Amino acid sequence: MGRYLARRLAAAVGVLWAAYTLAFAILYLLPGDPAEILAAGGENTDPDPAALEKLRAEYGLDRPIAEQYWDKLWAALHGNFGVSVTSGRPVTDVIKDAAPSTLLLTFGALAAAIIGGALLALIATYPRGAGLRQLLLSLPSLAVSAPTFWVGLILVQLLSFQWRLLPAIGNEGWKSLVMPVVTLAIPVSAVVAQVLAKSLLTELGSPYVEIAHAKGVSRTRIHLRHVARNAAIPTLTLVGVLTGELLAGTVVVETVFSRAGIGRVTAAAVERQDIPVVLGVVVFSAAIFVVVNLLIDLVYPLLDPRIAQNGARA
Amino acid sequence: MFTARSRRRRPRGTVLLAAAASAAVLLSACSSSSGGGEASSTDGAGTPVKGGNLTFALASDPVCVDPHQAATNDSIYVARQLVDSLTDQDPTTGEIVPWLAESWQVSADAKEFTFKLHAGATFSDGTAVTAASVKANFDSILKDGAKATLAGPYLGGYVSTEVVDNLTAKVVFGAPSAQFLQATSTFSLGLLADSSLALAPADRCTQALVGSGPFTLKSYTTNQAVVLSKRAGYNWGSQLFTTKGEANLDTVTFQIVPEAAVRTGSLQSGQIDGIGGVPPSDEAGLESAGFTLQAKRNPGVVFNLQANTSRPVPSDPAVRTALQRAINGQEIVDTVLSDKFAPATSVLSTTTPDYVDLSSSFTFDLAKAKKTLDDAGWKAGSDGTRSKDGTKLALTVIYSPIYGPSKDALELLQQQARKAGITLNLEQVAVADSAARIAAGDWDYFWANLTRADPDILRTLYSSTGANRGKLPATSDLQTALIAQAAAGDLAERKALVEKAQKLIIDNGYIVPVFELTTVLGLSPDVHDVRFEASSRLQLHDTWKTS
Repeated sequence: MGRYLARRLAAAVGVLWAAYTLAFAILYLLPGDPAEILAAGGENTDPDPAALEKLRAEYGLDRPIAEQYWDKLWAALHGNFGVSVTSGRPVTDVIKDAAPSTLLLTFGALAAAIIGGALLALIATYPRGAGLRQLLLSLPSLAVSAPTFWVGLILVQLLSFQWRLLPAIGNEGWKSLVMPVVTLAIPVSAVVAQVLAKSLLTELGSPYVEIAHAKGVSRTRIHLRHVARNAAIPTLTLVGVLTGELLAGTVVVETVFSRAGIGRVTAAAVERQDIPVVLGVVVFSAAIFVVVNLLIDLVYPLLDPRIAQNGARA
Repeated sequence: MFTARSRRRRPRGTVLLAAAASAAVLLSACSSSSGGGEASSTDGAGTPVKGGNLTFALASDPVCVDPHQAATNDSIYVARQLVDSLTDQDPTTGEIVPWLAESWQVSADAKEFTFKLHAGATFSDGTAVTAASVKANFDSILKDGAKATLAGPYLGGYVSTEVVDNLTAKVVFGAPSAQFLQATSTFSLGLLADSSLALAPADRCTQALVGSGPFTLKSYTTNQAVVLSKRAGYNWGSQLFTTKGEANLDTVTFQIVPEAAVRTGSLQSGQIDGIGGVPPSDEAGLESAGFTLQAKRNPGVVFNLQANTSRPVPSDPAVRTALQRAINGQEIVDTVLSDKFAPATSVLSTTTPDYVDLSSSFTFDLAKAKKTLDDAGWKAGSDGTRSKDGTKLALTVIYSPIYGPSKDALELLQQQARKAGITLNLEQVAVADSAARIAAGDWDYFWANLTRADPDILRTLYSSTGANRGKLPATSDLQTALIAQAAAGDLAERKALVEKAQKLIIDNGYIVPVFELTTVLGLSPDVHDVRFEASSRLQLHDTWKTS
């Protein structure tokens, strides 16, 4: 188990480094530079070239790219991601301020998606009649095809502007979390439902189900105890990927619901080519992704003891 | 005019302060000037109510609300409330009136500006506003370099500020700078306390900002809200303020709401009190639902297509003037915008000082546009695009999506130009890439406007020593006029030069004027007396809410 964990950790560090390097390369390939954008300040004024050079020197943008890369990477290894070009605040502070709200939203949506998706899958696979089953199983593909942006605006329109039940904007209180969580969870819960329903149907055809039937175990007990447990493994693998998808989804959801968070920080930083902030966000998101996948690896043996006995998952 | 009592320590009537007769800066300290503007006068809703909170939606995080660094509308809306300026500018007449300075003198050569401050004004940390503060602020702006995006150019040619006595400051320029007096009325040259100036520019963006303005910065939560609270004991407001003394509101919350549809819906459902940048398509709906639409035309250079005269096709004056005639600004206003907007009638908008109506020089006239092109040898082609010696009359037009309706306006422009046999190829450039793209110069026309309540904006944009994106020749009557107006100490002389410059820009077809930008606010019916300052930005000192 120790060696297994060490290998997973080494892979995790590799993922982080690759994410950092790729993001760095892409940002430097873009035309224009952050100093120019900062000095232009949104108005159509042309900055004084000498002042612009001074600004570039201040942010180290005038040095060779390789040098900038190594210096930044070395500092990042020491937890120093530099300061935001637009606001001058340390990147770690920017992320620290924005992270709690986004993590609450992401994991809230993940929990909602798993519960919602699993319930739908379990209910859809339970009835014997093919018609009802087909109808229920077609719901997820409908949900997947609804754009998040559109769903969000419809919810705001109805729940906030028409019926005035929930606030349309802000981060204050649990009420402000309801619509963003639901909006973010809908497409992800659909994926969970599709994958789980498929493995449930596969498991239901397994010989052990017949044996359980023969032994007189009730249909409900077979469905929830035996089949669901075995069918959960592919879905669990998916949770890692879905977490990444949810984090990316916060860019749209936080914008529609005017919530402060990592998504908004990302959108603004990309728009203004605030390279230190973008790099910080990339590393932060990659770290969340890596941690979630590591946790999933540790949960497998609990669901299926055979995985722990083999020492590693295939 | 219920609150328009003149403050006792300020002189009534006309005050003339001039070192030399030719340099007289005449300012009428008429106590009845209420701010004026198309919709900014008192709305007759009764006596202002004290107290309450106003929530105003901003489209994006202001990032930096330091007035010296602020450059986007969202940051300016906040910054303006935090500081006072030496002078104020009447949004209707363009006249410069007292604020922190009770009087001033401008030297005949427009190189020396002497300001006499009121006694008694203090920053919110308790320190006094003195001549030394003026010096410290201007010196600091110079040190900020490119970070002082708007403020820096206002101080172009700045040599030093001399502290004559505790309340008298003399600002000295190396070259004439007639625009400087108007610049002192802007938020950009608003005064901060020494404690703020001592910080690095980045450290006074979202906190530790100490000004003498009617509001102070209470909290700043990135991507969420900026909260201001009323400055207790404030009584050194601009002469244009109708409420004397402290501001009416207790607090102002600038809530950041990125989605336009959510801003409009939140206003309609009573979750916020005011929004800026109302999309023209939402205007009618808000108005019929009983909301107040408050509009003011922005001063400065109108939305226009600027020619790059170094490129082969637009280097032909016939092409440039024909395009002016082919464009129908009224149709753009009627189709894409709303009745709050107006077609351009010069390079400057009607609310800019020294604006002159030149609409007769470029009235929409398709026949004339076609004839101009025919005469210049641009022959109609079978594909609808004219050509001359194998060169197609196809022009690359670049624009940034800063202003929402730009895209629709340009697509209509494209159709209009097509009728004259001119093909416009529109190319949207990301805001982040626009500076680099403009500098590259691989475009024929560039779509933009620029807000400033002083005609010196013409020099900033069209002087060969300024931005000069159109690559205009370094010596010409236009260049002479632009340089001379900056040095003109005499108001009438300056007006004549500015008018000449506008005429030369239009007659040479350097730009195709299209429409005047209008700032449109949507306000709850409970909100009263939101003011526009001269450059169409918010001034909330007089604002109040019916409870």
